[in-house]
Amino acid sequence: MSTLNLTGVSRWYGNVVAVNDISMALGSGVTGLLGPNGAGKTTLLHMMAGFLAPSRGTVTLDDQPTWRNPEVYRRLGLVSEREAVQGFLTAYEFVLASAKLHRLADPAAAARRAIDLVELESAQDRRISTYSKGMRQRARVAAALVHDPQVLLLDEPFNGMDPRQRLHMMQLLHTLGDAGRTILFSSHILEEVEQVSGTVQVMVAGRLAASGDFRTIRRLMTNRPHVFAVRSTDDRALAVALIGEPSVSGVELDPSGLTVRAGDYGAFTRALPRIALNKGIRVRQLVPSDESLESVFSYLVEA
Amino acid sequence: MSTITWITARGLFGRRRFLLLLPLPLVLLGLAVLCRSLGVDPGQWGPAVLVGLGLAVVLPVVALIIGTGVLGAEIDDGTVVHILTKPLPRWQIVLPKLAVAAGVTAATVAVPIYVAGVLADSVRLGLALAFAAALGALAYSALFLALSLVTRRPVLLGLVYVLIWEGLLGNFVSGTKVLSIQQYVIALADRLAPTGLLEATVSVPLASVMTALVSVGFTGLAINRLRSFSVAGETS
Repeated sequence: MSTLNLTGVSRWYGNVVAVNDISMALGSGVTGLLGPNGAGKTTLLHMMAGFLAPSRGTVTLDDQPTWRNPEVYRRLGLVSEREAVQGFLTAYEFVLASAKLHRLADPAAAARRAIDLVELESAQDRRISTYSKGMRQRARVAAALVHDPQVLLLDEPFNGMDPRQRLHMMQLLHTLGDAGRTILFSSHILEEVEQVSGTVQVMVAGRLAASGDFRTIRRLMTNRPHVFAVRSTDDRALAVALIGEPSVSGVELDPSGLTVRAGDYGAFTRALPRIALNKGIRVRQLVPSDESLESVFSYLVEA
Repeated sequence: MSTITWITARGLFGRRRFLLLLPLPLVLLGLAVLCRSLGVDPGQWGPAVLVGLGLAVVLPVVALIIGTGVLGAEIDDGTVVHILTKPLPRWQIVLPKLAVAAGVTAATVAVPIYVAGVLADSVRLGLALAFAAALGALAYSALFLALSLVTRRPVLLGLVYVLIWEGLLGNFVSGTKVLSIQQYVIALADRLAPTGLLEATVSVPLASVMTALVSVGFTGLAINRLRSFSVAGETS
């Protein structure tokens, strides 16, 4: 298992601070690097991948610096955001070239295995310039995986993929993560992360705004009420009972159901079944309506 | 053939800008054949075609197109990342690319200038010009390859060097000739085949040493720059 360590990493361009004093340790499993566009995700990823020197701080992979050290690429794979491939090559040639450059013992077998992994066998002998965006992305992932790296960094890997390809890519990342590899991907689209990964590192304006399980992060931010959409057999009676509950700060009744604002996430979710049971009301639906990463972002930005 | 050489060659011949190379050597060849067939005195057309066109324009411009293309084109479109994310010492990337650039440039220029030299004077002049042009191709390629790593506008800077420094300033400020690859090539060719057609302005030892220095120095610079190659983020 390999560990990617960042200690007090900053990067600035002139007066602009792109990454500001970030420390994190990435171990095995899938981690999402989240943040709105321009938060510094790509800059951070490039520093991790040895394509940018930190202005301050250190980035190490198993205690070796990634900057000016090509040896780290034996254990590290990178799928950059720029959709750049040698379009005049076929996917097989492209992945095979990667395998050869890694000086693998059996490059042909490694190339076939990597192409298999991303399900590109049927198109492997076509020029990459004829591929769709998602297929190109998979060809690039295959090239990055050909030497079976312990650490795989992906910059916006789901861009341009259709839902089926996205699902397949997520499964692939999870398989790799479950096998003990360290997978980090960046994204500004929240639904991608909610399905892939519970562990997130949230970047806002160059800083690490939060890290950990994103639902936990949301729960920790108790300074704002949590909003739930509730539907039941008797919404009005449930609203009356809920407003007497200390953890509930507001209830709104509308034709589609109840919108409940709760100050304390845990207390409310424990209280609701008890209240419903006492009043003989059946709860049909309970949805935390703001538990998307979008709202996590906006809380963090406002904070 | 190494994988880098293979990808570089395929990238070079696969791009349309490679077609830009064809007209210049053809013009050189065509002019030499035309002058010879019209019976013009070589003393009249030799210097203009061999030096004025062949060594002062065709060689540096072909070297510029290829030299800035072997790595610069990959940097421009981002494919260089695929090569850089490999556990290869950076000299193993720069040297094959330099070999391709110098080799293709030398082949593209040496053949027409050899023919032009033969038509103007003798086989000996043709061989001397071809050999000196090949050495010049190496020096120019090293320079332009390094330029593509030092600046984002290698073609522009390369053109300034070729047209302004070597072409224009060389005529007015004689000191600039000491730092002119074109003058080294002329001096070397003139030494190998002394004729009245070439006019050397720098000494042969200086030309030899400087050609070697330029080739080695800029190759070293390119390797070192590639070690610290930074990919600009979206924020920059």
